[in-house]
Amino acid sequence: MKIGVVTFPGTLDDRDAARAVRYAGGDAIALWHNDADLKGVDAVILPGGFSYGDYLRCGAISRFSPVMEPLIAAAKGGMPLLGICNGFQVLAEAHLIPGALTRNHELHFLCKDQKLKIENIDTAWTSSYSKGQEILIPLKNGEGAYMCDDQTLEMLEGEGRIIARYVGENPNGSRNLIAGITNERGNIVGLMPHPEHAIDSLTGPSADGLGFFTSVLKALVK
Amino acid sequence: MAKIVVDVMLKPEILDPQGKAVSAALPRLGFNFATDVRQGKRFEITVEGEPTAAQLAEVEIAAEKLLSNPVIENFTVRVEK
Repeated sequence: MKIGVVTFPGTLDDRDAARAVRYAGGDAIALWHNDADLKGVDAVILPGGFSYGDYLRCGAISRFSPVMEPLIAAAKGGMPLLGICNGFQVLAEAHLIPGALTRNHELHFLCKDQKLKIENIDTAWTSSYSKGQEILIPLKNGEGAYMCDDQTLEMLEGEGRIIARYVGENPNGSRNLIAGITNERGNIVGLMPHPEHAIDSLTGPSADGLGFFTSVLKALVK
Repeated sequence: MAKIVVDVMLKPEILDPQGKAVSAALPRLGFNFATDVRQGKRFEITVEGEPTAAQLAEVEIAAEKLLSNPVIENFTVRVEK
C-alpha cells in the first residue's frame, strides 16, 4: 500500500512520517507541494512543521499549493487523509474539517509528551486502537488551540467525531480538550500531537503512535 | 495610486491571547486606560489609479478566501486616499 507524504516549504516531520509508514509495513511515497500529482497513492499524510513560515495563518498558504487540488478532490471521494499538527492546520484552512487552530492560550510554544485518550476507533486512522485507550505521544505546537462555534462543537460531540482528547490539564486551550477530529465519513483525520514521533521506544516516549499508521493500512486492505 | 486597506480581526467570541498579553503589559508601563485590547492584521493593497467597483469586489473575495479565515475572523475593506 502506498502512502504519500507531502513536503511543503518549511515542513519538518515528513521524514518521520515516512519512517512511521515503513514501520507499519507500507510504502512511503514523497509528494511535492508544487506538483499537482498524487503519484497513484492510496492515502496521504500532511506532516507537521511550519509550512511557508506560518505566514498569514498556519496552513493558509499551503492550502492553495498545486498538490492540494487533486488531494482535496481525492479526500472528498473517500481517500484516507491524515493531517498532523501543521497538517491539521492545513486541513482546517482547506475546510476539509470544521473549526480552526489558534494560538495556545498561554502563548508559549509547547513541546512535551502528552497523554491522549482515543475516543473514536471507527476512522481510517484509528481502528488499531481500542475505545478509551490512553496513549502517550509528543505534542509540539504554538497554535494548537482547537476553536469552533458552539453549534459545531455540539455536532462534533453528538456525532462522535472527536477522535482523541487531551488527558489531564488542557495543554493549549482547545475547546473540550480536543486533540483530534474526523470528517463525517471518517476518512479524514486532523490531529495536533505527533504519532509519527512515537513509533519506537528507542526514539520516542512510546510506540503508541504506530497505531495510526497500521490503522490506515488495514483500512486500505478492506 | 490608491491604497485598499483590509483589516482582519478575530471574531469577538474567539479568545485573543496576544491581545490579552498586550493588555496585561500596558499597566506595567503605567498606562491604565485599557479595559481590553484585541490584536488584528492590516493589509495595505496598492492598485493603479482609483480602485474600481470590480476591483473592490475582487478584494472582498480575496479577503474571504485568503486574507482571513471566516471560521475565526471578520474583515473590513476600505479605500484609503
